[in-house]
Amino acid sequence: MSLPPLEIVLYAGAVSLLIIGLAGLVMSEHLVRLVLALGVAEAGGNLLLVLTGFRQGAVAPILLGAAPSGPMVDPIPQALVLTAIVIGVGVQALALALVLRVRRAYGTVHMSALRARLVEDLDEAAGLPPEGSREAPGVERPV
Amino acid sequence: MRNFTSLLFAGGLGFFLLVLAADLPLGAPPMLAGQGVLAEGAAATGAANLVTAVVLAYRGIDTLGELSILFAAAAGVGLVLGRARRRPDAEADPEGGFILLAAADLLFPLLVIVGLYIVLHGHLTPGGGFQGGVVLAAAFFLPLLGRPRNALDHAVIGWIEGLAGAVFVGIGLWALAARGEFLAPLLGKGTLGALFSAGTLPLLYIAVGLKVGAEIAGLMSTLQETEAAGS
Repeated sequence: MSLPPLEIVLYAGAVSLLIIGLAGLVMSEHLVRLVLALGVAEAGGNLLLVLTGFRQGAVAPILLGAAPSGPMVDPIPQALVLTAIVIGVGVQALALALVLRVRRAYGTVHMSALRARLVEDLDEAAGLPPEGSREAPGVERPV
Repeated sequence: MRNFTSLLFAGGLGFFLLVLAADLPLGAPPMLAGQGVLAEGAAATGAANLVTAVVLAYRGIDTLGELSILFAAAAGVGLVLGRARRRPDAEADPEGGFILLAAADLLFPLLVIVGLYIVLHGHLTPGGGFQGGVVLAAAFFLPLLGRPRNALDHAVIGWIEGLAGAVFVGIGLWALAARGEFLAPLLGKGTLGALFSAGTLPLLYIAVGLKVGAEIAGLMSTLQETEAAGS
């Protein structure tokens, strides 16, 4: 059995990282896991971007000595990814700060509990009666 | 059910991305702009590391925007955590154990040296202000993990950050006055590959390194102080 070409493996890896991160974003229940999933998706996107400058058998775009040794990879995607990584750090720090604030305000970082609390708060602000439960059915609510 | 739809969505998106990727010229990019940078980047900027040439010379204004975004993120964290940061009655985290304390003391000088090396050689070797700045931030944050009581002084961090940002913009304006282009390369190019070469690029990268280092260290210590204040 022969191995698939290198580029295919690299692209498949980058796309899978992106997809794993996105799936985590949609499916995670814990807010910190949401932030981590964002980080994974970001890593996949950055890898994809770096790969667009990949050249078979090329060296890093750094001149050593007098003569350039063979072909070099594209430096522009690398510079862009440098930017993207740093911005990603800022975004994650801001997201974590927001998670801390949510924890402080609601006492939980679980999505379902948060959603219930949010609906309660919104209903209260709008002056709607509580939705009620199976044991204590609420009154008719406007849809 | 919700998980199933999510997985279906993610799988479908992955399939489409792979189909798109299959049409890309794998391993042989057209490099329409890249070829030009590779051909004349070293002569135009004097930097042996062409990624640095792109980051600071060709796309210098982009880097300034990136620094602004990082600043906005740091300011946003400070704003979001604001008053909630530390209550007077909150107890600080206990001191770290022997391993953490000894490792922090041992690693601090090494991390500072490596960080400065990476910042100063940004125009010659892989690395630069962003990478070195993060290493510097780690150097100053590591002792904080061991001794949470000795918090970083946010006023000093703010000054370093502001001055570094002002130096970056100042060099850009100086180039605007001298060459008519914002952040155009100034000063002698020097010999390719020497430490003192590439004109203003190393100066810009030192400013970037200090700014990024101060910002990330400030970010992490703000988060850590909030953590110490408890819920």
